[in-house]
Amino acid sequence: MGDGAGETLIDEHVLEFPGGYKRSVGPVVGRFLTGLRDQQLVGVRTPAGRVLVPPAEYDPETSAAVGERPEDFVPVGPEGVVTTWAWVREPRPKHPLDRPFAWALIRLDGADTGMLHALDAGTEDAVHTGMRVRPRWRAERVGHITDIECFEPA
Amino acid sequence: MTDVAVVAFAQSKHVAADPNRNEVEMLMPVVAEALEQAGLEREEIGFVCSGSCDYLLGVPFSFVTALDAIGAWPPIRESHVEQDAAWALYEAWVRLQHGDVDTALVYGFGKSSLGDLHEIMTLQLDPYYLEPLWPDMVSMAALQARAYLDATGKTERDLAEVVVRSRAAAASNPNAIVAGTTTADALLKEQTTIAPLRTSDCPPITDGAAVVILATADRARAISERPAWIRGIDHRIEAHSIGVRDLATSRSTALAAGRAGAADDKVDLAEMHAQFSHEELIVRDALGLDDSATVNPSGGPLAANPVMATGLIRIGEAASRISAGGGDRAVAHASSGPCLQHNLVAVLEGE
Amino acid sequence: MSGRAIEDLNEDGPVTKMHAPIRLEYRIGAGTAQSRFLRGVAEGKLLGQKCPVCSKVYMPPRGSCPIHGVPTEEEVELPDRGTVTTFCVVNIPFSDLAPEVPYVCAQVLLDGADTALFGLIAGMPAREVRMGLRVRAEWAPREEWTYNLGNIKWWEPTGEPDADYDAYKDYI
Repeated sequence: MGDGAGETLIDEHVLEFPGGYKRSVGPVVGRFLTGLRDQQLVGVRTPAGRVLVPPAEYDPETSAAVGERPEDFVPVGPEGVVTTWAWVREPRPKHPLDRPFAWALIRLDGADTGMLHALDAGTEDAVHTGMRVRPRWRAERVGHITDIECFEPA
Repeated sequence: MTDVAVVAFAQSKHVAADPNRNEVEMLMPVVAEALEQAGLEREEIGFVCSGSCDYLLGVPFSFVTALDAIGAWPPIRESHVEQDAAWALYEAWVRLQHGDVDTALVYGFGKSSLGDLHEIMTLQLDPYYLEPLWPDMVSMAALQARAYLDATGKTERDLAEVVVRSRAAAASNPNAIVAGTTTADALLKEQTTIAPLRTSDCPPITDGAAVVILATADRARAISERPAWIRGIDHRIEAHSIGVRDLATSRSTALAAGRAGAADDKVDLAEMHAQFSHEELIVRDALGLDDSATVNPSGGPLAANPVMATGLIRIGEAASRISAGGGDRAVAHASSGPCLQHNLVAVLEGE
Repeated sequence: MSGRAIEDLNEDGPVTKMHAPIRLEYRIGAGTAQSRFLRGVAEGKLLGQKCPVCSKVYMPPRGSCPIHGVPTEEEVELPDRGTVTTFCVVNIPFSDLAPEVPYVCAQVLLDGADTALFGLIAGMPAREVRMGLRVRAEWAPREEWTYNLGNIKWWEPTGEPDADYDAYKDYI
């Protein structure tokens, strides 16, 4: 704590949960993350026939339960199309890439919804809504959304 | 249904960073000012409700200490929401419907200067698919901005025009941090930070607090010469994942506005909790406003954004204009969650 | 990049768990009133603050009277001695920072204060600590003082007779 010229004492404070929470992911998210570890992308089909990627436990339109049967999970991608994007000129330390990149909402082939990830496209000019992209996989995969290092132009 | 009106509204002099006052010190004079406006003693308040976010301070349950600014002995009736205090106002409005108390004090406060707000807001995101990627608050907004521009054919110039109007309006708001005359051309010369957004499209980091006092029918008339009656209030939330929503529109705002009766009569002014320039355009569409309504006469969140009080301030700003005779009918909007996930609409009228 | 778990929680079976690490950094101001108090502590002084409405003296002060919601601007210097109003004996080691078990945490009502201060009791066996015990502060060496109540290492018995229950019953 420092005593500067100001009226108030200022102190550094760190909010940290060492090691982090260990979350139970549940069977639906777990199925998707298990797929990532195996370098596969899976979606889940709702009773109304839409394919949610990434999968959710419920249909956002009807709230119907989703993913209760193994056959509800369907392979999607690996390529997809960018539905919206944002160009990051100066990445933050916590961002997935340490060089300029795009955030992109990506609708994988066979999916009806968008998935957020980073898109490594080099320059802003190289990105546009509707472009096709594919995942770049990490060699070491553990069942986590970052098993996809990022997407790249297809 | 019990008639409820806004009878007092006070806010701190918002600043980018207020290191010399902690939350309680920031809040105390604002509470005192609101009580004085209403001519009420602390003990006369029937219900107290607040909105804040512990992550802003980095201290779990920090909101309980804020009660020191209120005086909670003998024990008071109190509640808290971990979101913008506009939702605390909603809870207070519901509480007043019980009929056993006739006044409520609502407060919201937040110091965004202590940590990294843009990262803190990442913690409101789904922890499985989104948060591990650390998309910050501006990144999420920029994805929606692009979706809106793509869907409507509007351009970054349209966003800049929102900023120009907001800053001009803010010139007469003593609480504005960002105000003054500028032009779209000048703004567009700035580099984008997270394209398509520029710093000017984003709200300023702000420390501040606000207090609204509500009262029911006869009590409201006794307190205020011209109470701002809440004629309709509703809030609606949509799915969290931005990948399942149409980001170019705000269905939840439109639904809440319909339930609150926003478009049932002419709207003189609207205060919108649009933190980013494109959000104002999306919310404006969803509220069904025509060009005759004055939008964000205070300058809105682009002028000052004390997170967790910003939405409540929209209701307070709209109400104080009604009470001062600056309009007969106003719409106030508050928002919560990423990319306008959760929206509240209140319709305020003079008599 | 943060958030990626390197440790495999799930081995080869289906993924059922994930790590969710969070780390955020802040620069927090103590506020004007608490800063006055902490500057006093850094000089070995315990400055309570008095409510202008009810005259209660808060120790430690937080800058406002939580009963009346008003600033407590008047300062009152209090002695570093007082009475144990309540205490507990800790028999479980739960932090590397804590003393060896068993140790005693207590609320100490400084003479002239209306609220009690949290502290450790030492200088006597844990089983002999009692309500009403009169204690005084054992300060850390002066060169270690900072803007922190940790300047008081613990509280030790003064040897005075115990305070009457009536003297502190309203402060428990």
